[in-house]
Amino acid sequence: MAEVAHAEVGHDEHHEPSFWSKYVFSTDHKIIGFQYLFTGMAMALIGGFFAYVFRMQLAFPGASIPFWGTLSPAAYNSLVTNHGTIMIFWVAMPVLIAAMGNFLIPLMIGCDDMVFPRINRLSYQIFLLSAIILIISFFVPGGGFGGAWTSYPPLSAEAKFNATPFGAPLWLIAVTLEIVAFLLGGINFITTTMNARAKGMKMYDIPIIVWMIVIASILFMASVGPLVAGAVMLLFDQTIGTSFFDPNAGGDPVLWQHLFWFFGHPEVYVVLLPAMGIVGEVMCTFARKKLFGYKMILFSSVGLGILSFFVWAHHQFISGVDPRATYLFTTTTLLISIPVAIMLFAYIGTLYGGSIELNTPMLFALAFIGEFLVGGVTGIWLGSSGTDIFLHDTYFVLAHFHYTFVPIAIIATFAAVYYWFPKMFGRQMNDFWGKIHFWGTIISFNGIFIPLFILGSAGQHRRIYNYQNFQDLASSNYQDMRVFATSSLIVMLVFQAVFIINFIVSLKRGKKVGNNPWKANTLEWVAPSPPPHGNFPEGMPEVYRGPYEYSVEGREKDYWPQNEPA
Amino acid sequence: MAHQIIATSRSRTGIPTGRLAVWWVVGSEIVIFGGLIASYLLNRFLHGSWAQEAAVTNTFIGGINTFWLLTSSFFVILGHAASEQKDAKKTRFWLWMTIMLGGFFMVFKAYEYATEIAHGKTIFTNNFWSFYYTATGLHGFHVLCGMVIMAIIAENDIKKERNWHRVENIGIYWHFVDVVWIFLFPLLYIAK
Repeated sequence: MAEVAHAEVGHDEHHEPSFWSKYVFSTDHKIIGFQYLFTGMAMALIGGFFAYVFRMQLAFPGASIPFWGTLSPAAYNSLVTNHGTIMIFWVAMPVLIAAMGNFLIPLMIGCDDMVFPRINRLSYQIFLLSAIILIISFFVPGGGFGGAWTSYPPLSAEAKFNATPFGAPLWLIAVTLEIVAFLLGGINFITTTMNARAKGMKMYDIPIIVWMIVIASILFMASVGPLVAGAVMLLFDQTIGTSFFDPNAGGDPVLWQHLFWFFGHPEVYVVLLPAMGIVGEVMCTFARKKLFGYKMILFSSVGLGILSFFVWAHHQFISGVDPRATYLFTTTTLLISIPVAIMLFAYIGTLYGGSIELNTPMLFALAFIGEFLVGGVTGIWLGSSGTDIFLHDTYFVLAHFHYTFVPIAIIATFAAVYYWFPKMFGRQMNDFWGKIHFWGTIISFNGIFIPLFILGSAGQHRRIYNYQNFQDLASSNYQDMRVFATSSLIVMLVFQAVFIINFIVSLKRGKKVGNNPWKANTLEWVAPSPPPHGNFPEGMPEVYRGPYEYSVEGREKDYWPQNEPA
Repeated sequence: MAHQIIATSRSRTGIPTGRLAVWWVVGSEIVIFGGLIASYLLNRFLHGSWAQEAAVTNTFIGGINTFWLLTSSFFVILGHAASEQKDAKKTRFWLWMTIMLGGFFMVFKAYEYATEIAHGKTIFTNNFWSFYYTATGLHGFHVLCGMVIMAIIAENDIKKERNWHRVENIGIYWHFVDVVWIFLFPLLYIAK
């Protein structure tokens, strides 16, 4: 606190920076947030296109696919692998954590930038490099890596099995660089929130989404280390020929599975928590109510984070894990649904008795609760080792985790974009076309994955190129469901055009709004829209109360900004 | 930098931001080395024959290297003490002494590698040696990085009498690299 006094004044120097220094090599947290956001959206288009190509192959095996041609089995594997990799590492992570964290944290805690602006820029540059390396890996001889996003050895470790001598190491290097980028970014988020909060902002005055991004960053940092070590070992196996994971030479392939899932399961919560935070912010604003159980949600998410380190082997129930260990991991896995349920119930409690406004961001937030619930409930079958042995590696698993990841990475992201768009660009997105986009996305999303649940329980195995080669799975009613899922996917992708057009048109023509169009309490709405360099030209805000004082009795206005003196 | 950023001047926890960040870096490094060491230990328990491999490692040179690193940690503390007095000459002296001992460590390590490879113990020999070279290599890389950063701080900051707090920050990192060695030395050299 002693160091604060001397520097809290406005910015004196003002000069017009060039395009390059303003948008490409900027150290401004908002620009870096946009860089992450737009890179993530571009990668989402690539990942979505991959999904379109391989779903077309499954619905119409062997047919020539528009915009692609005939799909070879090797290319099919590569597309499936990279769809998963891109959607997790290059869409969910950059958009939910990096874009939201960069744009929102300094604004919401009332300061002018991150505490390490240049490390922040470095983090984006490493991230961009990793994305470029991944894209290059699609075009090297042998094609992109096709050993699934989990990259299990021996398939991933030896070129004679995966037939991608260059694609596999490049994939691994890209993922490792991406992890490095997020370690740098995470340290920045955590230290910024710890040290650079506005005067008067105490622990429980921090908006819930900032908490969530910080907890997610800590989870990421604590879980990813073993995977980094494992990635170095796997890279040595791939390139110079060590045998860490080769059982013929005394190695152990299951070790990789442990290292991967020790990271992989906390990773689910790394992306879930920011999504939960977004939904909390949107719900409070549009229900005009105080967040129900702020501390309960906060402590639940900490408990969730701790528990998430003790569930990883539920991915390995049929990998030769000791059957006695499966009891333990079944128990912890079922336990972890409790904090998630607490959080969802708290959000429903927030809605109860509120004056709810059903605009586009609110619709997406509500849809998150409903759809994520389906993902969570189906997880109970998969977490119980008995049922998991039957359902393992079927489309039931696939549908289950898409019912968690699509609400997280797609639905919550849309809620955030529609909600913070006025702050980002000073204009509002069109609500009518937003609702069209909403219904088009949600209905088609369910149309994709409900048939896949049914196919999965019928025993349809994942990662198969052509089901016509399997007598039990080739019947026409199964094939009809595959065609239905693929058609729904195409509908969902087409409706994203509505979003993109709405986004671009609103940038230029959207309704101009003031600082606080939603009448929200948190500090980012104190800054001008869009916030200038330095964020708060009228002086840094001070905080007098918590972030969710809506509809306080005896007050004329139904909101009470955090910076307004009592 | 066009202007001073307010965020960097705040310290709500009372801990300087740079030091806080170094602690988080150390936290993330602990899990990286932790994952590697845990993987090694799990393998070691399964393979009793690795005891004969560990007997080949040169415990004497490993011991000397432990001595270099522990002494260098003491020197970096002396550097920190000098930096708190804002004594640029002394601080630079102790930083360069630390770098020198780090250099000794690297030279002895290189000699060890050379003799082991000459005896046919390469990274491909078996998984003990794969772990040995990966773990000590990753650790050596950290030592090297620490030496480079320390040289930059000595010549770019302390010489110009600014950013004194960076001496403490690099010191925290240097101690951490030491502690990693304290784990690696018994596990790879002594345990038979």
